[in-house]
Amino acid sequence: MRGAMHARWAACAVAVALAATACGGGNGGGSGDAGAVLSASWGDPQNPLEPANTNEVQGGKVLDMIFRGLKRYDPETGEAKDMLAERIETSDSRNFRITVKDGWTFSNGEKVTARSFVDAWNYGASLRNNQRNSYFFGYIEGYDKVHPEDGGKQTADTLSGLKVVDERTFTVKLTQTFSTFPDTLGYNAFAPLPRAFFDDHDAWVRKPVGNGPYRVESYTRGSQMSLRTWEDYPGEDKAQNGGVDLKVYTDNNTAYTDLMAGNLDLVDDVPAAQLKNVKNDLGDRYLNTPAGIIQTLAFPYYDDAWNKPGTEKVRKGLSMAIDRKQITDTIFQKTRTPATDWTSPVLGEDGGFAEGLCGEACEYRPDEAKKLIEEGGGLPGGRVTITFNADTGSHREWVNAVCNSINNALDNERACTANPVGTFADFRNQITGRKMGGPFRAGWQMDYPLIQNFLQPLYYTNASSNDGKWSDKEFDRLVDRANQETDTAEAIKLFQQAEEVVRDRMAAIPLWYQNGSAGWSERLSDVKLNPFSVPVYDQIKVS
Amino acid sequence: MGRYVVRRLLQMIPVFVGATLLIFLMVNVMGDPIAGLCGERRCDPATAAQLKREFGLDKPVWQQYLTYMGNVFTGDFGTAFNGQEVTELMSTAFPVTIRLTLIAILFEIVIGITLGVVTGLRRGRPVDSGVLLLTLVVISVPTFVTGLLLQLLLGVKWGWIRPSVSSEAPFDELILPGLVLASVSLAYVTRLTRTSIAENRRSDYVRTAVAKGLPRHRVVVRHLLRNSLIPVVTFIGADIGFLMGGAIVTERIFNIHGVGYQLYQGILRQNTQTVVGFVTVLVLVFLVANLVVDLLYAVLDPRIRYA
Repeated sequence: MRGAMHARWAACAVAVALAATACGGGNGGGSGDAGAVLSASWGDPQNPLEPANTNEVQGGKVLDMIFRGLKRYDPETGEAKDMLAERIETSDSRNFRITVKDGWTFSNGEKVTARSFVDAWNYGASLRNNQRNSYFFGYIEGYDKVHPEDGGKQTADTLSGLKVVDERTFTVKLTQTFSTFPDTLGYNAFAPLPRAFFDDHDAWVRKPVGNGPYRVESYTRGSQMSLRTWEDYPGEDKAQNGGVDLKVYTDNNTAYTDLMAGNLDLVDDVPAAQLKNVKNDLGDRYLNTPAGIIQTLAFPYYDDAWNKPGTEKVRKGLSMAIDRKQITDTIFQKTRTPATDWTSPVLGEDGGFAEGLCGEACEYRPDEAKKLIEEGGGLPGGRVTITFNADTGSHREWVNAVCNSINNALDNERACTANPVGTFADFRNQITGRKMGGPFRAGWQMDYPLIQNFLQPLYYTNASSNDGKWSDKEFDRLVDRANQETDTAEAIKLFQQAEEVVRDRMAAIPLWYQNGSAGWSERLSDVKLNPFSVPVYDQIKVS
Repeated sequence: MGRYVVRRLLQMIPVFVGATLLIFLMVNVMGDPIAGLCGERRCDPATAAQLKREFGLDKPVWQQYLTYMGNVFTGDFGTAFNGQEVTELMSTAFPVTIRLTLIAILFEIVIGITLGVVTGLRRGRPVDSGVLLLTLVVISVPTFVTGLLLQLLLGVKWGWIRPSVSSEAPFDELILPGLVLASVSLAYVTRLTRTSIAENRRSDYVRTAVAKGLPRHRVVVRHLLRNSLIPVVTFIGADIGFLMGGAIVTERIFNIHGVGYQLYQGILRQNTQTVVGFVTVLVLVFLVANLVVDLLYAVLDPRIRYA
């Protein structure tokens, strides 16, 4: 009896194995089946899925599949290319005349017109609609009326700087010159919206309708979204597969296990614990490419201890006490690269990435580090604590490693300690409440691949992500000038000069550039990650 | 009996209010949840203020609590930060978790009690020692180890099952997660039953039953087991609530979108409405399960009377 049972199980296992090879072996490296659907890992979006309300990767993933904006960032180079924009004309970098291409429709048949954009932007900017990304419209004239910052009453419903000229043309007036404004228009917040969004908002949120290569077939919130190729998609980047089923995973380890078991085709976040095995498990079905993410340590400049003259030497010393290479090699298995400037390699040399701009201040030199810190008056209070949120992203490991590195360099076991905060929300609360007493974790994922996005939001006086409240007149002046500069190369040069100010004052310690990773099953080919570390779903071929 | 039930139901009210108040305060102590909604940047103050107003977070805590409780009695559990009604979350999460709990309880009853009876009747024999050792192993290995190990072996290495549960979570996919979830309690049920059976085996009424010449299975099932089940029923009853709320680890490993998943996400995002809503329902489940257990005593042991 017992023997028979075993035999049956064995037979089953063999059958399964045969079936698996039969499935996998059929269509080697050839062209994919355009009708086949792939499954991919997903996380539950934090906010309602509206273009101007989505500020994290999981929701952004979907928007990138179901929407196309005026511009689109090239999945490989990150360059902003015209998508729905036929022309964006300006003579003074302040007044823009935008013409929308003819022949585009939403997947429900409605035409994409100038009004689709203007209505969507007005909706996104209006305080009444609680959109988390409102500030993207902050440069447009009239923003202070529809979105009063100081808690005043909203006195207008629409931005006075937006005007529809005719069916395909509208004008934008900004409050200041902003030469790279057209290049920011690839961000999801600037997507057009169909009338259905405004007419029956609840129904739209339950099943979003856009103008991208995919349309939402069904959406079960919190567990799965089925996207199918929109056959009549008018653009050139038509999807190469039949569709994508996004499945919500609570734990990326489970997603990885599912990939191993052949239950899932694509994971775009290989868990840190699996990095060691990934080469064995997946071979060349694994990708690890730079993404537009940089991790830094920011400082509380509202605390006098860190704002005194001379403290830049202390910060520089701390920076030189961190052995970035060892930490990225051992803890992150080379999925992060030691940072040598304050931007990201995805910008490319032409886009403003300056490798080595940080110079020796970002190299590991323990002896000089010790000397510099002493010259700068020593650590405030004799020690530093690094604050971070312990709930996500395996931050604890690297913070401990950074502290160890600092302690070793300074020959003082108590020089640096880690201070974990339980949740991200609480961490953000303490930051906005100016309660940081020492360096703290600051991560930045770019909104659009421009050097401006790596500098202005983080270091400009009172900017939205300037968590340490750093302020420098010279930096502000250079950024203002760069934004007014109409010649792109000149503008980038000015931004780099501003970056040098950040370096000289060591406003924040750059740690490492983060990579995006993806692993996939044998059925898939042509898997790529864009600079935002999101898979380029429409190019994936399924066999 | 009726009066007893009514009294117990009335006692639930203060327990219910106290428990929800505690949870409400605890989630509130964690601080302002709005700051976590804007990613790595400061929420612009106007939007943050508006959001706070919308979620009622701008009022003092006691007022928030009163409004919340008022709404709960009309069936409105509030809205999660992603715009979904908490009742909607519950309607998707609870059926899944109830299925999972049912399977777990079934495992506890069928395997746990059977093993307990077998070992209790054969005390000191190899079967007894073997099962005892096995339960010791199960109790001492943490659930997440058992879960991950079984998932890897059955799901990836041998390919017998799907390592994760699909979003519909039908019964057959929940068998392994249910077993993992039940494993520790199952071991306790075995041990409880075993001790209880071994103790009662020597009591007078069993000797009388045997002396009357009743068949052995009747002695075991009707006389011995019925009297030995009281501590086991107490344990299983309390376990229902525990399994429903405590499945966070198991649900995470097998990617089950049940109550544990919603609670985990709610806590991570400091979503008061979700956490308090789900915990409130769990408190109710606990209270009702306890009442049912107490009433079951009377069924099992006619000497117990409620007046």
